Amino acid sequence: MDRRLLAAVLTLCATGLGLGACGSSGSGSSTSLTLVAYSTPQGVFEKLIPAFQATPAGKGVSFKRSYGPSGEQSRAVTNGLHADVVNFSLAPDVERLVKAGLVPASWNHNATHGFVSDSVVVIIVRKGNPKHITSWSDLVKPGVQLLTPNPFTSGGARWNVMAAYGAARREGRTDAQAQAYLRQLFQHVVSQDSSARNALQTFLAGRGDALLDYENEAISDRKRGAAIDYVIPPDTILIQSPLAVVGKGAAASTAKKFVDYLLSPAAQTIWASNGYRPVISGVPAAHFPNPPGLFTIDSLGGWKAVTKQFFEPETGIVTKIEQSLGVSTAK
Amino acid sequence: MSASQPATLETPSPVSVLGRGAAAGRRRGEGALAGRLTLRALALGYLALLLVAPVGMVFYRTFEHGLDAVWNAVSASNAQHAFWLSLEIAAIAVPLNTAFGIGAALLLERGRFRGRAALGVLIDLPFAISPVVVGLTLVLVYGKAGWLGGWLADNGLSVIFSVPGMVMATAVVSLPFVARETMPVLRELGTDAEQAAATLGATAWQTFWRVTLPAIRWGVVYGVVLTSARALGEFGAVSIVSGRIEGQTQTLPLYVQDRFENFDGTGAYAAAVVLALLALGTLLAMNLLTRRARERGAR
Amino acid sequence: MLGIYLSALVLLPIAALTAKATSGGPGVLWREITNPEALAAIKLTLVVAVVVVALNAVFGTLIAWVLVRDEFPGKRLVNALIDLPFALPTIVAGLVLLSLYGHGSPVGVNVAFTRASVALALLFVTLPFVVRSVQPVLHELELSMEEAAASLGAGPFTVVRRIVLPSLTPAIVSGVALSFARAVGEFGSLVLITGNLPFKTEAGSVYVFAQIQNENLPAAAAVSFALLVAALVVLGALTFVSRWSSKHVR
Repeated sequence: MDRRLLAAVLTLCATGLGLGACGSSGSGSSTSLTLVAYSTPQGVFEKLIPAFQATPAGKGVSFKRSYGPSGEQSRAVTNGLHADVVNFSLAPDVERLVKAGLVPASWNHNATHGFVSDSVVVIIVRKGNPKHITSWSDLVKPGVQLLTPNPFTSGGARWNVMAAYGAARREGRTDAQAQAYLRQLFQHVVSQDSSARNALQTFLAGRGDALLDYENEAISDRKRGAAIDYVIPPDTILIQSPLAVVGKGAAASTAKKFVDYLLSPAAQTIWASNGYRPVISGVPAAHFPNPPGLFTIDSLGGWKAVTKQFFEPETGIVTKIEQSLGVSTAK
Repeated sequence: MSASQPATLETPSPVSVLGRGAAAGRRRGEGALAGRLTLRALALGYLALLLVAPVGMVFYRTFEHGLDAVWNAVSASNAQHAFWLSLEIAAIAVPLNTAFGIGAALLLERGRFRGRAALGVLIDLPFAISPVVVGLTLVLVYGKAGWLGGWLADNGLSVIFSVPGMVMATAVVSLPFVARETMPVLRELGTDAEQAAATLGATAWQTFWRVTLPAIRWGVVYGVVLTSARALGEFGAVSIVSGRIEGQTQTLPLYVQDRFENFDGTGAYAAAVVLALLALGTLLAMNLLTRRARERGAR
Repeated sequence: MLGIYLSALVLLPIAALTAKATSGGPGVLWREITNPEALAAIKLTLVVAVVVVALNAVFGTLIAWVLVRDEFPGKRLVNALIDLPFALPTIVAGLVLLSLYGHGSPVGVNVAFTRASVALALLFVTLPFVVRSVQPVLHELELSMEEAAASLGAGPFTVVRRIVLPSLTPAIVSGVALSFARAVGEFGSLVLITGNLPFKTEAGSVYVFAQIQNENLPAAAAVSFALLVAALVVLGALTFVSRWSSKHVR
């Protein structure tokens, strides 16, 4: 009995392993690229990839695609998920690959500093803006319910936090006052979903008065006919999404061609028509209002310093704010 | 679904009627009937609110835009691939877990050895860990930098981010069902019949096949059904070890997530309905198998 | 064979988790577990799990009894639906529960983003356990015992208490143990419906997820470890109760 069972089990195991091995062996070919990206640009890549395949450089190149939360995708690549091109929501997710020796440290030494698309943090409100929210200070008025994803699980949420903090600083507040504003802001947060998309779904399901989100999400959402409006606050942060080639060899040179294409005027026009701000000038479709107080993450010290100061477990400013909220609600 | 058995409380037995007087018996009969209806209403009401309404909602959301939309959604090539991949993973993980579960149940209920209780608890443990952490621990052991990852890579085996890893994640999250469903039946069954068979000269294998297995079949059936349902529906652990490559390592639940992320409600709900139908199909198939086995046994 | 299978799937991963959790020494482990947010999440998870499990024990047994011993039109269909909470991806479960019992609910109940929503989601995903472990035992349980007892003048309540329940106890305990373990570990269905507010509706598994995403593996491992130990204690206690009851009631 045991022998028969053993044989059956072994056969099944072998089938499983065999399939797995077959699955992974195909990824080395130079005409096949694996794109590992965060979730938000999935819709754009579905247009960009066929457009690239129609160019001479992209002829005969096939694609494997993987989309998911930025941090999770980045960690998967360090844990052995094969990738030729990566696109994440935050530069630190590429830096993780640099640390793991998968991406050269010079990845951002190009004309666009390693970025492929820009956006800004906006405030999404209900149709007609019934609560008259036009600025950051309106978000902390009594009775306003705010949605933002959890800054510890969502890259988008980190952009939101830094937009709020940076705007407070630009309005002339000191570091301590800006932190106090953040604390006030978090007291109005009624739901911290795990990702920007989940937060948007929650908002569309009827929860809350305002949602902090990417501008491109607000634009594509309105195109889909959702009953929302959005406000670009006068002071807000420029969201910059990094793109990098992983690995070396034949696949890397094809990957480089794809990256070059993504930064070309033709591709940047596709990005722009999907709500992303182009990273090169002279893109015809781009008509994005420029908020007067637009600032970058570098003006706040860059992601490396900001991550340590705001999001470090135990000691980070946002970590402490979340903890203090718990103490106050527990009373 | 089983051979219908008369409900005990429905018919007051003649003995009690004789013993206690006809009026009392009738009164108890009416009381029992009312009690039975109350129980039925309670059980069905609870199920209606907690189970039927949500499942009905899934079906409604799937078909609200018509059959064409559903057909387009389920015939998309990524959906088809995800469907076959989910089936393939379940087809490997479920038989493995079934064999393991029956073996473990026999060992735990019939074996006499030290650490039996510890083994019993160990089987349930994968459940208490969040699926996301299950995925993470598999990466810690079998991933590129994991305990066994280097050795596996040297031998040309890729586990994480390919099908074997996904099968493992699925097997872990559905591990306890068969054992847990079978053990109570084994205990209820007792060892009399097995001992009698052994006394009559049956080998251990004959005893198991002819005596034990037919008696525990319902436990095994429900165990297999639960294992299949869980294996088909698992998202968290599989998502960590899959790498989510579309048309390659994307299972149906991952596909559902992908469709939701892209505001394709019909696609997501249609795939969810396919999963629900697969689970119903498993139950049906197991029922048929059991019934046929019983008929063959009766002949 | 069994040993290798169990080692590969359970022992090694749990060892890896334990190693991660204790790599900083017991001090770090303790500090991570007693972090106020972690503690609040652990407490919420355990309290809700106990409530959910208690409800499951009562309603699960009831449903199993009705499905085995009662006869009514549509019984087969109801029976077939029981396993669906497992097969539906958890995100779908979360979404439909949100639209049924959240904002704009057709039945006028709004539990979304409250602690009740945590319980609701957990009740849904753990529904099959007790039902499916009690059902097979009820199938096997001889009616003759119940009939004999009834014929000897025992009322239905006595029959249930003295004959049916003692035989079912191991099965109920088994189902309860699985429900508890699953409730402690559940993640997917909670994410959408609870709002994940720290200290209010953030369950243990959601906290763990946040710590993993935040590269704080020691904290994630420590809290998982704490939940695991809590589950271990409960499972151990239940196993003991089950053995004790089957020894003493007979």
